[in-house]
Amino acid sequence: MPIKTDAIGKEWPGTTYQVGREKIKEYANALGIDNPVHFDVEAARAAGFRDVPAPPMFAVVYSGPALGPVLFDPEVEMNFAAMVHGGQVFEWGEPVCSGDEITTTSKCLSIEEKDGKGFYVFETVSVNQDGAEVVRGTWTNIVRGV
Amino acid sequence: MSDLNVGDAVPELSVTPDKYLPHRYAGASGDFNPIHIDDEFAKMVGLPRNILHGLYSMGLVAKANAALAGGDPRALKRLSVQFRGMGMPEQEIVVSGTVKSVDGDRVVVDTVAQQGETAIIKNATAEVQL
Repeated sequence: MPIKTDAIGKEWPGTTYQVGREKIKEYANALGIDNPVHFDVEAARAAGFRDVPAPPMFAVVYSGPALGPVLFDPEVEMNFAAMVHGGQVFEWGEPVCSGDEITTTSKCLSIEEKDGKGFYVFETVSVNQDGAEVVRGTWTNIVRGV
Repeated sequence: MSDLNVGDAVPELSVTPDKYLPHRYAGASGDFNPIHIDDEFAKMVGLPRNILHGLYSMGLVAKANAALAGGDPRALKRLSVQFRGMGMPEQEIVVSGTVKSVDGDRVVVDTVAQQGETAIIKNATAEVQL
C-alpha cells in the first residue's frame, strides 16, 4: 500500500506556552547546565536579558506540544509503534525569557517513502508575544515498514 | 575574531546520566513516552532497556557548543542533528567536535555524541556566535 501523502502542505493552528522561571530551572538542572543566568534574575539582567532566559534546547518544551495534534491527525496516519525520531533542526532567533508567551504553529513539509521507510518532515515556527520569531524547528520522523 | 581555526577540536563534554535521569528529563521536557521511563515496557517492545530521550542527548550537544561562548544561551544560532544508535542511562556520553568553518565571530562545528563505539548523535552541525 503506498504511503498516504494527503497531509503534505497542511498547517495546524498554534498552541501557546507561558514560559516560567521554575520550568527553566528544572530543564537546566536536568541537562546539568549551570550558567547562573538560568537560575537568578539578577544575573540574567546583568547579562542583558529581560528576565531569566531559557537554554536554547528548551525549545522542545514550548514547541513540542504543537506536534501532538499533528501526529494524531488522521490525514497523517502515522504508525507510532514503528516510529523513531530521525533528525532535528532548530534555528534560533530572539532569546526566550521567563514571562514570554510563545505561540507555535506546525506544517507538514513532506512525506516520502524511501527503502520501505516513511519519512515525515514537519516544521514548527514559534513566535513570542511581540510577534518575533524565537525558533524554527524541523522534525523528521521515520516509520519503519510502511 | 575567534581563536578557533578550521580543524581545531573543541573541548569535549563527558556526562554519565544516572539511572533516574530519563525520569527527570521526562518531567522537565514533558515527554513521558514509556520507552524512556519504564524498563519493563521498553523490554516488552524489544529494546535492551529503557533508553535516553534523543532530545536529551541533543541538549548535551547544544550545551557543549554553547560552552564555546561561555554558555551564553544567545550563542547557539542553529543546530542540526541525526539520531542514530540508542542512548543508554548509566553509560558515559562523550560529545566531541571539530571546527568546520570560521566566518568572523561565527563558527560552524561538526559534532558527534558517542557512548563507547556507538554514535548516538551523528552529523550534528552547530552554528555558534562567539
